[in-house]
Amino acid sequence: MPEILDQARTQVLENGVGLDEAGVLAVLNLPDEHLPAALQLAHEVRMRWCGPEVEVEGIVSLKTGGCPEDCHFCSQSGLFTSPVRSVWLDIPSLVKAAKQTAETGATEFCIVAAVRGPDARLMKQMREGVAAIKAEVDIQVAASLGMLTQEQVDELVEMGVHRYNHNLETCRSYFPNVVTTHSWEERWETLRMVRESGMEVCCGGILGLGETVEQRAEFAAQLAELDPHEVPLNFLNPRPGTPLGDRPVVEGKDALRAIAAFRLAMPRTILRYAGGREITLGDLGTRDGLLGGINAVIVGNYLTTLGRPATDDLKLLDDLKMPVKALSATL
Amino acid sequence: MPTGERAADAASRPGRGQTAPTAGGPWCDRCGEAAATGPHVGCAAARALEPPRYCAHCRRRMKVQVLPVGWSAVCVEHGELRG
Repeated sequence: MPEILDQARTQVLENGVGLDEAGVLAVLNLPDEHLPAALQLAHEVRMRWCGPEVEVEGIVSLKTGGCPEDCHFCSQSGLFTSPVRSVWLDIPSLVKAAKQTAETGATEFCIVAAVRGPDARLMKQMREGVAAIKAEVDIQVAASLGMLTQEQVDELVEMGVHRYNHNLETCRSYFPNVVTTHSWEERWETLRMVRESGMEVCCGGILGLGETVEQRAEFAAQLAELDPHEVPLNFLNPRPGTPLGDRPVVEGKDALRAIAAFRLAMPRTILRYAGGREITLGDLGTRDGLLGGINAVIVGNYLTTLGRPATDDLKLLDDLKMPVKALSATL
Repeated sequence: MPTGERAADAASRPGRGQTAPTAGGPWCDRCGEAAATGPHVGCAAARALEPPRYCAHCRRRMKVQVLPVGWSAVCVEHGELRG
């Protein structure tokens, strides 16, 4: 057994203290023959500190495309030659999407907009949309609207948005290679305000942007320092027309190593499968990740791409005897 | 340690995206290039997990809304597709 896994068994599994950056790096560098042991340990950590339940979420794009920012992985930037056009979702369609999400058993519905930060039009759409959902659908509403002002944070709290997603995307040292129109520190400032507001903090990122293994470890350590309620873990799905459109997808074993490593860095967080798992891990790898530290999934489609049918994921959870977290457990 | 299937394998399963990316018109609905330039195998594989972006009839970029369940794509000239 590698020394790092022995250390993690005591430090993380027994005492609930996450691995530091050096420890995460050691896990990320484990040879293939030790990957099953790392996943098994990460699964035990998840079961010990989070339990067997899986939080299920659906996401929808309220405002697609036309974003002024240059996040190099994103097909919704208006600065690239991506074929994604700008489009807004109307309130009845938003409510319908929330209902369809709730029908899968999901307890979370995240409303996302491709913007630098919300303007008055978007905040109005949010006010009306969140109110309409809360009137008709029994589901928790989360939001992801870019960088916020303090006034916007306060307004989202008033609307009843219980969790705010704002991904750091990658580690601080690599961020300028991925985004040049705003800084990592600006994102951190929004996260600080969200945390102080009482909303739950959802913050993760994307693996496979060209970062080194060392920078993956740096990212896990920075997320652990933030201590978010939820960490969505994406794997790059290279989008045509974006600067990262020709990058290779993350190797399945590297993705699984990262899942185990991030769980061992953050034993108590909700670690969610987000975009890219379909092409990086496929069906079998998805199962391996759920048995290796993942305890939440986005079901159905993503913002501009399609996911596995929700029924496939729900059947898998049933096969694994992992109950879907009930709404009453989230309140 | 299984690492699962990759995009090409996933694309072989029915019921996600549409069928061929050039079905019904002279243009590939994923890349927007002429259907006649080739079989667009990569586009067909990718379309298993993507909605169409170009109208296969006129090559216009469509307004596409992806929803948790399904998607819609609107061409100003040729109307709406749903999947």
